[in-house]
Amino acid sequence: MKTIRIGNGQGFWGDNVDAPIRLLRGGDIDYIGMDYLAEVTLSIMMRQKLKDPAKGYATDFVDFIRTVLPELRERGVRVLSNAGGLNPHACREQIFEAAREHGISGLRVGVVEGDDLLHRLPELIDSGHELRNMETDEPLTPRVDKVSSANAYLGASPVVEALEQGAHIVLCGRVTDTALALAPMIYEFGWDRARWDLMAAGTIAGHILECGPQCTGGNFTRFWEVPDLWNVGYPVVEAREDGTFTVTKHAGTGGLVTVDTVAEQLLYEMGKPDEYITPDVVADFSSIQLTDAGQDRVDVAGIRGGENTPFLKVSASYLAGFKASGTLTITGPRAVEKAELCADIVWKRLERAGVVFGEEHRETEVIGTGACLPGVETSSCPVDDPAEVVLRLSVRDPEYRNVERFGKELAPLVTSGPPGVTGFAGGRPKPQRVVAYWPALIAREQVEDHVHVTVEEV
Amino acid sequence: MAAKKVRLAAIAHARSGDKGDGSNVGLIADRAEFYPILLEEVTEERVKEHFRGFVHGRVERFEVANLKALNFLLHDSLGGGGTESLKIDAQGKTHGQGLLQMEVQIPEELLGLVRDRR
Repeated sequence: MKTIRIGNGQGFWGDNVDAPIRLLRGGDIDYIGMDYLAEVTLSIMMRQKLKDPAKGYATDFVDFIRTVLPELRERGVRVLSNAGGLNPHACREQIFEAAREHGISGLRVGVVEGDDLLHRLPELIDSGHELRNMETDEPLTPRVDKVSSANAYLGASPVVEALEQGAHIVLCGRVTDTALALAPMIYEFGWDRARWDLMAAGTIAGHILECGPQCTGGNFTRFWEVPDLWNVGYPVVEAREDGTFTVTKHAGTGGLVTVDTVAEQLLYEMGKPDEYITPDVVADFSSIQLTDAGQDRVDVAGIRGGENTPFLKVSASYLAGFKASGTLTITGPRAVEKAELCADIVWKRLERAGVVFGEEHRETEVIGTGACLPGVETSSCPVDDPAEVVLRLSVRDPEYRNVERFGKELAPLVTSGPPGVTGFAGGRPKPQRVVAYWPALIAREQVEDHVHVTVEEV
Repeated sequence: MAAKKVRLAAIAHARSGDKGDGSNVGLIADRAEFYPILLEEVTEERVKEHFRGFVHGRVERFEVANLKALNFLLHDSLGGGGTESLKIDAQGKTHGQGLLQMEVQIPEELLGLVRDRR
């Protein structure tokens, strides 16, 4: 039976930058999916594009392609991504630039457009599409002037079309993560898009893959059973044309693929188990059968699905002000009491200055006292195993790039480290200048003789 | 029948993430023998009580027997949606580990099957 290998090399923008390279080089692979767009990423990209019309896509993706393009071409590996963001044409231009640098010709790059609804919003609302909030049922109209991005989630079909036209790389904006895995299956196996069980199988394969190492030992409850998590292998699905598939990872990598690691990922961000709605299908997670198929191999079968719904989900974002957070470290004795006093002082001094934050607009968390899970009974925790700790890592180096590289290693721990890791919302730590004192003597003329001032006019 | 109190962490594993205005927790029995304990002990009411400090909405439970699992939706548990929240855990990443702190009764004859009692 025809089998194809589909991997995920990036679970979110900010994930480990070496992972997709290692996924490509570590073993057999036919397709690599790369996910960069969280719910709010497009609104960040909109700000970038407003500042610079050539921006608005995932720059990490272009760095990856530049690094591996000759190998991709040689091995015929195709890459599917939502890295195009709000500016897939600019992203394609950068990829073509990278190809020219490598002296590569014949590279075909597909762009999928049409998800961006921002400029169509007035017209859509005028014609009766209220775009009501799925949670609160409020209409969008009162906020429409503040909307900074509005994108519909596309399904697998346009990605399939790009593959049919011979694309080696497909760049999308907003598309479901699951479509990046389903599309190559439809394309390679010639699946009929009305065979709902097959659509559900490809979709569930995509759900398992979409967060990268979260199905291969990352974020797994029994983290102590996972070997070499630092070197965790990103997932590979061996998909078969009958809709069954095997979840695995490359030999020689760290991590763990078991029925338990895969089951945890199946339940990640799950709503009603028998009603997982995508543009392609309504998948039934209560039909999934997982079977241990040897070391780091799990077989998945039995998947059922139903007809897709007449709706697509729109993800819009609007400007809702600003926020900031800051951290102080406070020691005992009476550390909690001191921390609460500090917070009280800050709020009162702000109030004296005429700056008042209502209850809904401020948050005081004393970390280390159960701030993540307030009220959860942790008295059974031994003294040396507290409910919560703050990990603070710091580096110093003469090279900016080394310090910057360090900053990229924290966020990936959320999906590829042990479970219960959070607090990464501040973004990558930015290198700050270290100002050091170095007293020395130099002959005056050594300086004065070399001073040269120029003024140029454009 | 004699029973003993253990933390859920001794018999189950879990994962959580954000889901709209709240979070979800998938709770999976380590072994098929433990699934009836989850069904019996980890009710919507008990989860709501366990998480009373931050779950302001209702708790919904779904059974996923094929994965020997329960899925919980914790409504209004993030202090606003993903980006508006000022909480350190704005995505509910820790809620799964938090549920594993809950204590449940387990029949003594099943104690031998517990793989880790930390």
